[in-house]
Amino acid sequence: MDHLLSIVLWTPLAGLIVLLFIPSSSERAIKIWANVASFVGFLVSLPLVFLFDRTKDFQFVEKHDWIPSIGASYHLGIDGFGLLLVVLTALLGFLSILSSWSAITERLKEYYAHFLLLQTACLGVFMALDFFLFFVFWELVLVPMYFIIAIWGGARRVYSAIKFVIFTLFGSVLMLLGILALYWLHYQQFQVLTFDIQELMKTQLAPAAQWWIFWALFLGFAVKVPMFPLHTWLPDAHTEAPTAGSVMLASILLKMGTYGFIRFSLPLLPEAAKDPVVVQTVAALSIIAIVYGALVCLMQKDWKKLVAYSSVSHMGFCTLGIIALNPAGLAGSILQQVNHGISTGMLFLIVGVVYERRHTRMIADYSGLWRVMPVFTVVFLITALSSMGMPPLNGFIGEITILRGVYEVSLGWAFACVAGIALGAAYLIWLFQRTMLGEVAETNRSLMDLNRREIAYFAPLLACVFWIGLYPKPFFDILERPVAQVVERVQPGYYAARNLPNPLSPAPAAALRSAPAAQAR
Amino acid sequence: MQHLWLIPALPLAGFLVNGIFGRRVSKGVINLVAIGSVALSFVWVLKTLAALGPLETPHVERYFTWIESGILSVPVEFAVDRLTAVMLLVVTGVGLLIHIYSIGYMGHEGGYHRFFAFMNLFMFFMLTLVLANNYLLMFVGWEGVGLSSYLLIGFYFLRKSATTAANKAFIVNRIGDFGFSLAMFLMVVRLGGLDFPRVFSAAQAMPRETDPGLLTLIALLLFVGATGKSAQIPLYVWLPDAMEGPTPVSALIHAATMVTAGVYMIARSAPLYQQAPIAMDVVAVVGLATAFVAATIGLTQFDIKKVFAYSTVSQLGYMMLAVGVGAYAGGIFHLVTHAFFKALLFLGAGSVIHALAGEQDLRKMGGLRRKIPVTFATLVCAGVAIAGIPPFSGFFSKDEILLAAHHHAPWLYWVGVLTAAMTAFYVFRAIFLAFFGDYQGEHHPHESPPSMLGPLVVLAAFSLAGGFLPVSRFLEPLFPAGEAHHDPALVVVSVIAGLLGLGLAWYLYVARRGLADRIAARLGALYQVVYNKYFVDELYNAAIVQPVVKGSEALLWRRMDAGVIDGAVNGIASRARAIGAVLRLMQSGNIRSYAAWVLMGSVVALIALGFSGGAR
Repeated sequence: MDHLLSIVLWTPLAGLIVLLFIPSSSERAIKIWANVASFVGFLVSLPLVFLFDRTKDFQFVEKHDWIPSIGASYHLGIDGFGLLLVVLTALLGFLSILSSWSAITERLKEYYAHFLLLQTACLGVFMALDFFLFFVFWELVLVPMYFIIAIWGGARRVYSAIKFVIFTLFGSVLMLLGILALYWLHYQQFQVLTFDIQELMKTQLAPAAQWWIFWALFLGFAVKVPMFPLHTWLPDAHTEAPTAGSVMLASILLKMGTYGFIRFSLPLLPEAAKDPVVVQTVAALSIIAIVYGALVCLMQKDWKKLVAYSSVSHMGFCTLGIIALNPAGLAGSILQQVNHGISTGMLFLIVGVVYERRHTRMIADYSGLWRVMPVFTVVFLITALSSMGMPPLNGFIGEITILRGVYEVSLGWAFACVAGIALGAAYLIWLFQRTMLGEVAETNRSLMDLNRREIAYFAPLLACVFWIGLYPKPFFDILERPVAQVVERVQPGYYAARNLPNPLSPAPAAALRSAPAAQAR
Repeated sequence: MQHLWLIPALPLAGFLVNGIFGRRVSKGVINLVAIGSVALSFVWVLKTLAALGPLETPHVERYFTWIESGILSVPVEFAVDRLTAVMLLVVTGVGLLIHIYSIGYMGHEGGYHRFFAFMNLFMFFMLTLVLANNYLLMFVGWEGVGLSSYLLIGFYFLRKSATTAANKAFIVNRIGDFGFSLAMFLMVVRLGGLDFPRVFSAAQAMPRETDPGLLTLIALLLFVGATGKSAQIPLYVWLPDAMEGPTPVSALIHAATMVTAGVYMIARSAPLYQQAPIAMDVVAVVGLATAFVAATIGLTQFDIKKVFAYSTVSQLGYMMLAVGVGAYAGGIFHLVTHAFFKALLFLGAGSVIHALAGEQDLRKMGGLRRKIPVTFATLVCAGVAIAGIPPFSGFFSKDEILLAAHHHAPWLYWVGVLTAAMTAFYVFRAIFLAFFGDYQGEHHPHESPPSMLGPLVVLAAFSLAGGFLPVSRFLEPLFPAGEAHHDPALVVVSVIAGLLGLGLAWYLYVARRGLADRIAARLGALYQVVYNKYFVDELYNAAIVQPVVKGSEALLWRRMDAGVIDGAVNGIASRARAIGAVLRLMQSGNIRSYAAWVLMGSVVALIALGFSGGAR
């Protein structure tokens, strides 16, 4: 299977093309087809999991010339990090389409077309090993997301959509400048035009150049994460987007920023990344985001906005783990990105469930839902516990691994982090009290509990919550190598200095393990 | 392999079955599943301990590697040593009795299956906590019991007061866990792991002079966790409110087992604390202060469960004092006897409340001793036990603690004795108010069903005779040897203090009824301050909760997000529009003006070229 990644990448788009031939009037057919296409999109991503060889770096690589005159190529490949995000995207893409079945009643064909396009674009971001290709997908994500917010969003949808686009465009322009700077500097040294990331990594960069390029890329990625103080587009966009749009935004789009840091900023610009000013700045911004996001959550009156702000806080953990620049911090950060995708995705789906029934997002309009929606309440409780890092659920594993890494660098950072965790418990548990407990409000008395379709999209995510919490070993296994690659690039000799086994230098046992896998291909 | 995992797994299975199917099956099936699972777990504990014999060395079972990431490796490993054996017996034994009691007590309540499911969930996490062989797994149990406690305090979730109390318990405990998790990370980074044997040998091998503050810091951070879970100053405030939960919950979780987890954790970490004398002194002083302060509040309360709740806080303070002065075995011994008599006090109080259809105010009771005699008799048993009257259980364990405290520093002993006198006073004050005099309420009191009385009687027997259990001697080999202290004079003094407290209660509440109210009125402001629990809740609310909530609204969200950041962004946008408005003037659509611009531009370009050397 040499074209496995291409198949995964283009399946949603193929579904989109077929969708265009279904007449707009046959709504049922449109819905069924969109679900089928995205489900197939998820299914074709599964072979990646089974064929993945954790003793190798980039796999399923495809490389073809694309625009030779400027050195852009169609270069795809994933390592363990990419694998996790690709499968997460495929899964959540499908689940968010499934969640839209009865929520969306207008302009169905366009809606599902945008989602399928969005899915291909997101997958492309996580697969591209060519900076030009990456940038194309990165920008392509904006288009469907803009329309999803602006057409099917809430009351302030146009404002939010434009704000989202302006913030992101501002970031991507700077990112593009950074990419072009790298491109030219590489050309000056090697006289070869290429956007290939592995080639660009060979460039010898002066510290000043690294510094400037780092900040240019940083702004692009930081807007997406989003890091404080570039986060204000997020509450608006998340709140106004339709449920499925919020899910994709929170679970996948935000990860593009942290993905960029780990995939590009750190390995391409290692000297800048460990510059004390950079480290302290990023850490300070992350910590502010953690505490600030949690505090702002405490007083939200809008359920969905609360969930949106909680993303700011949680993504602060991820960026802090990255800037710890050690294996625990990075592995924890990646795992926490997946966890955040799962639990925040679920939190948005949960808001979507009640919004579809009551058409209000105000916390004060709900109370005592436990009485009328017991299954829903249990789902919400588990999700909230997962999100606040309760052991033995997934969030806990991510948080302690990040903290383990952060602790190695600074006691003060760890302190701030743990304070953020305590606050996280406060806002979620208070939200739970105000919405699920107490007397049932008269208007909520006839609410229906989850139906089968709703259970169907919560079930796989809940399974992941327990899986990552109880047996995270497979995840750490596949992350070992990608993390070690970054760490050795930024802090050469890290493992040796600490007498840790270096995942990159194959031990005899690892060689044995890889043998059957090698035969399989 | 003794299959230790079955001990927590059985209640977990009970939780799953009742949680998923409980809604659709009869109460009989729910009882069978919930109580059967705990009973089997108890039997399995007995069988395991019988098979393991005297347990001179810990029995360890490893199941699988939970977290393995090269930098952090944590196995799922259970271990039984003598300390764990004692805890297992207390948790499953007392837990079983309270489960049986709940059949009668919860019989008329809605959400029956939910109650038992949560109780089983609690048992699962509590047993995980005591069986764990490393701090992280212990932390799983630690957080899990907190979660079950949250769910059970908020069991009557229609009541705002109950859900608020549940939130408070959860959040205050999370604040304590802050310390626990920081301690764990220090261990990982500085001591090389989280397994008990590894941490302890690293701690003992560490020469004091290399890093004198490290072990003290770890020990103190662990203690921060313990102050949350075991309701010590300054985090004790959640426990009295936790009485909003059903009474069996108060007995099981907020008296006998979960709240003692902090004491257990410190006793478990004894090798660590031995290396950190400063931390031990802090534990002892905080414990004693908690014991004293909570006892004074207990003197004035009128809600029967609140009296016993403050009593629990106070007795937990005693246990902390014990482990703080190095009397670990004594502390655990008191944990055991306390589990008997405090569970009994709560279950007895529950029987009273049950008899009075929910009434908890002592002022609306009175004269109940003839109406519910069995409850009365068992409560008296608990009373004499907690008052430290020989030869009942509390006497032995409390004396062990007080003597060790005296050996450490005499003033600790004297404060402890004063507290003991207050303890005897407030417990008997509650008993006399409820059972003597004339009935003040308007219900028709009725004795509880046998399923409730049975556990009361069993616990009463243990409260009376539990002091003869050789818990201390059984545990001593585990802990650093402290010499046994015997000083008959000190024993006599503490017994007299207990009797004085009891006698004073008799005088004020039976012999001269009404005198107490007059004394309270005479004390005026002082009484009001104590009655209002020193206004600590109000203080926390004004100093911490309100600033955080209000501050984040006013300052962070409105000012920062909406004001500064979006203000800046919108500012740039409107500036851009203003510039655009000017530039737009140039695009008038008028050909002639375009031509004029082109001409002007060309002239400027030519002039520029001329200045820069010209275009030749």
